[in-house]
Amino acid sequence: MAVATASGVDRRSVSWRQAHPIAALVCGRAAAGLITMLVVSIVVFLATQVLPGNAAYAVLGRTATPTRLHALEAQLHLNRGLFDQYWSWLSGVLTGNLGTSLANGKDVWGQVYPRLINSAGLVFASGAIGSLLGVASGLAAALWKGGWFDRISSVTFLAVTSLPEFVVGIGLIILLATVVIHVLPAVSLLPPGTYFWQAPSLLILPIATLVIVIVPYIFRMTRAAMIEALESDYVEMARMEGLSSQRIVLRHALPNAVAPTIQVIGLNFLYLAGGIVVVEYVYNFPGIGQGLVFAVQNRDIPEIQFIVVVLAAFYILMNVVTDVIALLATPRRRLLR
Amino acid sequence: MTAHVPRDALSARTDAVPTARLRRHHWLATLSQAARTGRGAVGLGLAISIIALAAVGPLIAPYSATQFVGLPFARPSAHFWFGTDTLGRDVLSRVLDGGWVLLIMAACATAFGVIVGGACGVSAAYLRGRVDAIIMRTVDVILAFPQLVFALLLVSIAGPQLWLIVVAVGFSHAPQVARVLRSATLDVSEREFVKAVEMQGVRPANLMIKEIVPNLIAPLMVEAGLRLTYSIVIMAGLSFLEFGQSPPAPNWGLMINENRIGLASNPWAVLVPALLIALLTIGTNTFTDAVAGVAIGVDRKPAEAALIDDVMPHAVDAP
Repeated sequence: MAVATASGVDRRSVSWRQAHPIAALVCGRAAAGLITMLVVSIVVFLATQVLPGNAAYAVLGRTATPTRLHALEAQLHLNRGLFDQYWSWLSGVLTGNLGTSLANGKDVWGQVYPRLINSAGLVFASGAIGSLLGVASGLAAALWKGGWFDRISSVTFLAVTSLPEFVVGIGLIILLATVVIHVLPAVSLLPPGTYFWQAPSLLILPIATLVIVIVPYIFRMTRAAMIEALESDYVEMARMEGLSSQRIVLRHALPNAVAPTIQVIGLNFLYLAGGIVVVEYVYNFPGIGQGLVFAVQNRDIPEIQFIVVVLAAFYILMNVVTDVIALLATPRRRLLR
Repeated sequence: MTAHVPRDALSARTDAVPTARLRRHHWLATLSQAARTGRGAVGLGLAISIIALAAVGPLIAPYSATQFVGLPFARPSAHFWFGTDTLGRDVLSRVLDGGWVLLIMAACATAFGVIVGGACGVSAAYLRGRVDAIIMRTVDVILAFPQLVFALLLVSIAGPQLWLIVVAVGFSHAPQVARVLRSATLDVSEREFVKAVEMQGVRPANLMIKEIVPNLIAPLMVEAGLRLTYSIVIMAGLSFLEFGQSPPAPNWGLMINENRIGLASNPWAVLVPALLIALLTIGTNTFTDAVAGVAIGVDRKPAEAALIDDVMPHAVDAP
């Protein structure tokens, strides 16, 4: 549907674009995202199914007998033409018909769906909490630049920025779940296929880990954007006009710091798409990140393909959404319209 | 005026373009200046101590890294300063022996990523047109994969081989490096000295290497530092997920994974490797931050600098 609108943009070209610049922008970004997604799906498909010579042999390894090899080739549709293979795979992905797992013979969609829900909960909870904390602390540090809060938080966050997720996770486990005090469960004992709301306390440590990892980026970006806005000419002008400092911050500085901050929040959701892999593995949390690790260990190709495509789709979607929101939130751009 | 330029350019190559040449960063001067700032000194000190420990560690380890010397998860004692691990091997010896492979792999991946990404970014910006479009659309596609997921995808194809992990991680750095260096090159290639050299008929490849790249030393250094930190994080993460060196080998990431079941008996077996990884990444990142402060400008920290360069091209080229 979005494709149809996008090609409509091209046909009626200039006048339509001039009349609806925002809609044209959204359509353009969406079309670019869809094309990227299509290429990504082709890359994933070719990489996993075709490149290594024969995926069936890769799965079975040395235990391959001719009969099993033929059976698996038929299951993976390897005996058909390349385009035919891709088409049946893509339509399967789009309709949720992903075939059966090579590891245990169960339906892939039935296995991955609960994981998707769990990971979505984890990503959005930690993204929301992290954004709030990061923006609030970044604004506070910028407003009282050079004060004690700014100095302490800048140094702390600079150190935390670079820590690997699993080091943060292990640190939290040592602090809160085993050695120092034992108030939280160290690893989730939820079997795959259950949902996170069946044991909400298992979410605390994974969310805390992801929040600790993303807050420094949001803090630093918000702080830098706000400082830049506060030092700009128009804020200087507003000061000279004698406006109250509260009004200057809320009406003049803040709107110009919104766009870069939104982009960083978006980037952090992108980051979370990769970050969940390690964090879910640390806490044995039944999400798609842990599913991907297990699938790679078991060479379960249908599951690898699907999870990688889902993560890439999330990545592209977030990119388009943050791009559009950030552009709309830039005061300079609103003036141009 | 216009008639003079080519003649000057031909007669004296160096004198023809004295005015507009950018101030070239002398990389050593920049590094030593960064090392003299407070955070630069702390970062460099941390990074160098951990690197030195990983380098001489194998020589001073009291036991073999794979030798069974005691009961599993024994607490620290006079014989075993950090106790023993899950199979009764000496934690101290394994820690001393477990860093150098990780560091070499991270350094190779960084070099690979910065060279490939830099070459793509500079050529895209200088050659423009179709080359630019092809390179940057490829970059968009690779950027759609989170770095760790990209590495896992490659590992799932060809199995966990060390060279493949280096290439995978290096390759996953390339798009970001390409974006940053593309925008830096766009800025440089418009300068007069580049136009002047172009008029001498210098081949584009030569011009890019001799005239443009020397002016990109500052962003290159910052990118290399950032990517080194990320390489260490991703390499250690892959080892933690058991996709790095295979089990008998000591490796800080793998050790954390192996020994976490014994956290209650001997936390040191997990704590020491985790601390070393943490101090190493804090060191490289803090020093990079100081280098960026000196090379690019005081208020632009590396994370923001990279983010802005990653993000802003979209914002700027919109209608």
